[in-house]
Amino acid sequence: MNLFVELCFSGLTKGSIYALIALGYTMVYGIIALINFAHGEIYMIGAFTALIFSLILSSWGFSGLGLIFSVMVIAGLYAAMYGYTTEKIAYKPLRSSPRLSPLISAIGLSIFLQNYVLLAQTSNDILFPDLIGQLDFLGFLEPIAHLATPTQICIVITCAVTMAVLSFIIKKTKMGLAMRAVAQNPDMARLSGVNIDRVISGTFILGSVLAALGGLLIGCSMQQINSNIGFLAGLKAFTAAVLGGIGSIPGAVLGALILGFAENFTAGYLASDYEDVVAFILLTAILIIRPEGILGQPISRKV
Amino acid sequence: MSPKNNLSDTILETKALTMHFGGLMALNSVSLKIQRLSITALIGPNGAGKTTLFNCLTGLYKPSGGQIIFNKSSRESLHLNGRAPYCVSRLGLARTFQNIRLFNNLTVLENVLIGGHCRLKSGLWGALFRGRKTKKEEKDILEYSHSLLKNYGLAREAGSLAKNLPYGAQRRLEIIRALAAGPSILLLDEPAAGLNLAETKELEEIIEKVRDLEKLTIILIEHDMSLVMSISHQIHVLDYGRLIASGPPEAIRCDPQVIRAYLGAAAS
Amino acid sequence: MPQISSKTSKPVLRALFSALWLAFLALPILVFRVNSISGIIEYQWSRLPKLLAAGFLASLLWNYFQKRHLLKQESPKAGSSSAGPPITWADRFLARTDRYRWLSLLGFGLMVLPFFCSPYAVKILTTALIYITLGLGLNIVVGVSGLLHLGYAAFFAVGAYVYGLLNYYFGWGFWVCLPLGTLSAALAGLLLGLPVIRLTGDYLAIVTLGFGEIVRLLLTNSSLTMGPRGIGNIPPPGFFGLDLNEKFRPFLVEHLALNPYMDLNKIWIYLIILLIVVLTTIAALRLENSRLGRAWLALREDETACQSVGISPSQAKLTALTLGSSFAGLAGVVFAAQITFIAPSSFSFMDSIYILTIVVLGGMGSISGVIAGAAVISCLPEFLREAEEYRFLIFGALMVLMMVYRPQGLIRSVRSVCSRS
Repeated sequence: MNLFVELCFSGLTKGSIYALIALGYTMVYGIIALINFAHGEIYMIGAFTALIFSLILSSWGFSGLGLIFSVMVIAGLYAAMYGYTTEKIAYKPLRSSPRLSPLISAIGLSIFLQNYVLLAQTSNDILFPDLIGQLDFLGFLEPIAHLATPTQICIVITCAVTMAVLSFIIKKTKMGLAMRAVAQNPDMARLSGVNIDRVISGTFILGSVLAALGGLLIGCSMQQINSNIGFLAGLKAFTAAVLGGIGSIPGAVLGALILGFAENFTAGYLASDYEDVVAFILLTAILIIRPEGILGQPISRKV
Repeated sequence: MSPKNNLSDTILETKALTMHFGGLMALNSVSLKIQRLSITALIGPNGAGKTTLFNCLTGLYKPSGGQIIFNKSSRESLHLNGRAPYCVSRLGLARTFQNIRLFNNLTVLENVLIGGHCRLKSGLWGALFRGRKTKKEEKDILEYSHSLLKNYGLAREAGSLAKNLPYGAQRRLEIIRALAAGPSILLLDEPAAGLNLAETKELEEIIEKVRDLEKLTIILIEHDMSLVMSISHQIHVLDYGRLIASGPPEAIRCDPQVIRAYLGAAAS
Repeated sequence: MPQISSKTSKPVLRALFSALWLAFLALPILVFRVNSISGIIEYQWSRLPKLLAAGFLASLLWNYFQKRHLLKQESPKAGSSSAGPPITWADRFLARTDRYRWLSLLGFGLMVLPFFCSPYAVKILTTALIYITLGLGLNIVVGVSGLLHLGYAAFFAVGAYVYGLLNYYFGWGFWVCLPLGTLSAALAGLLLGLPVIRLTGDYLAIVTLGFGEIVRLLLTNSSLTMGPRGIGNIPPPGFFGLDLNEKFRPFLVEHLALNPYMDLNKIWIYLIILLIVVLTTIAALRLENSRLGRAWLALREDETACQSVGISPSQAKLTALTLGSSFAGLAGVVFAAQITFIAPSSFSFMDSIYILTIVVLGGMGSISGVIAGAAVISCLPEFLREAEEYRFLIFGALMVLMMVYRPQGLIRSVRSVCSRS
């Protein structure tokens, strides 16, 4: 029974982090119908930036909540800049090209970024300090630490709050309205005075910030990172987005949670070797059975 | 433009054809008959369901109800409901699209060759070993495509990419591509849309030429009334998914229902 | 893009700004380096000026090319409506009446070449030829049919493992395994194709990627395939049951004064793959101008229009995937024979990307382009030894740059039907 609860909690943690990344995929797909393969790398860069600045800032005497928040802000900022710049370089010039072109460009970008970090930093695993676990005031969670660590609980709460903020942005702000308009019909949105370039940039920035947050949290939870984490995480987050219905924001969250649980239960009860296969099998299955995803709208073709 | 002698024979028939998207009734129990070797026009205000009807006929949409019966010959009668689009085109229904859909990065000639896809038989082995049969087949289709291009005035552009053609020529190429399949029914979705007066005149000549040379039935959706009135034998009028009138041009011109649909209730 | 054209009046200032932006962007990753052992930050400020200079130069070039590119796109090509697609040198060569003479001369040259090369050079040449075969196969899927396939290395693995396993367990030889490997890969392609025929573009890319990873993970985790350790001692192809080195080397060395250390087995593999390349090139050329090839092209261009002319998209996708995979299987068997040792790590996602780079660089849909691309990609690291570790960095950048500036690749695909008729 303990194992079950433990798996549930770690599944929830993992699912929450996948959800943060999946949201970036789903938002970008909703707006420009592109699978942003490089999104996983933005998450990886977010994790690296978080690590680097947490080391720098702690050597300057920061600690506790102050350290976490400043690292969060800096990592988010950098990821946002990376997201913005990559969109301008690799996707914007290709907006009117055949569908295959931006997709290949995205893969190229993903490989470039991955190797860029690998060469500039290291190909080995690097230790990541558990910034959340170091917080003293979380001591009251100690009695249930055998089921769920304080870090895990904080991750789940952070993700829930972030998603609430995101849905506020999308539902209530002007930017959110513009995003929804572009997702519905880009041409019509442009004619109504929406600045499409700005909306697309905004979407990339928003997605990248979420990914960076995911990177910081995964660092705290796994306590080590390397330059390859973006690839697999990106792939799984994409799977989650498709599972829930690509373009749908609640779908991405739902898909991510399902995937997180499915992976953990496979690892816990079957064989840990096949943990990574689960995502692909789920992906293939969902695409065959219900290509539009659990919460997605059936795709209608306009002729 | 005297109607052919066997005009009475029905080639395509819809029975209570219905199509709805969610709550929207795009086609409401439409029953009509298309006569063999005739030119039939479908008209109606925007959103009347004309293109939806085309999409149902060619298999792109699955009708929610009703039947589509295709009398391939006087003996052979087939149901088209639920057949995949490519099956329908293989049976002999070729179409063009409202917003031109050519194979843009291929040459004009290749577009026509691809149009002839279902006339050919060779498969993988034929392609790899290029036997005598395949060679002959390829030679024939090449000659046939060139002759089509020549007949309809695109021979000089055979080698250029489809996307580089001027707009009017793209419309024409789409018709030629549909003809290359050797269809028994040609469905034209707003062939004159976006054409100027001279080009529309040219289009009319082409449609007449197609009727005379290819011996096939033509169904067209069109807003240009002078074109519709001058070439069609039969006109069906759709409004809000319903068939409100059918008949020869003269009758349609003064049908009160049609006038009301086009000009609004106040005009009646 | 009005934003660019309005600001090009001050390109230097703009480049300066971009350089500063890029430097700021790269600051944490490039300048602050984490020492993975001690976990301490090392500051490498000396990288900063280089970074600024590189950023400045790159931005200048980027803007220059972007401007030129836009101008080229905006100005309608003179008389392009009546003129055909641009004629390349490859096209001009193919139109020559004496092309067969030149091609056979080239073929003969390539046949005798390995006898005068070092074993190492033979190895590189063989690898290049294997990549040509792979490129031609993937070109059918990606370039001609427009299906982005990101798990192509899996089919390469199927070919290699069919030979490796059948040889290990049953002692079957190369010549039996060559058709079996090809067929198995084709079957695997069909198997992958069946569930994904309903999918388009992006989804297909992800599923093929997933498929590639599943195959690799299965190979790694299964005891049947010896897991990550792989299979070793894979024999070279037989030559009528004779030991080539024993029988022929003394003769060649004595009478023709050839290199006494050459390995005739490797040369034999080279000759086999050379023949395979010739055959696959012919097959690819023929397919391109056939009913099937045209159906693939139509599928790439417009799936709805393709249905309206009577082409079944599912059938076109299946044949493309099956045939493309069979090329990979063929190459895989030869690959196993060449390197004599295979492990799952040789068939990773990055290897799929490697092959994709060949197709993209060479020119999607262009057979001569793919051949040129494979030659460039597989020989370049040999000339630029120090570039080895930067290989994938360059590949990634190359893919983006090619898509932005030269999506047609090195050698544009020639729509040869028109040039011949």
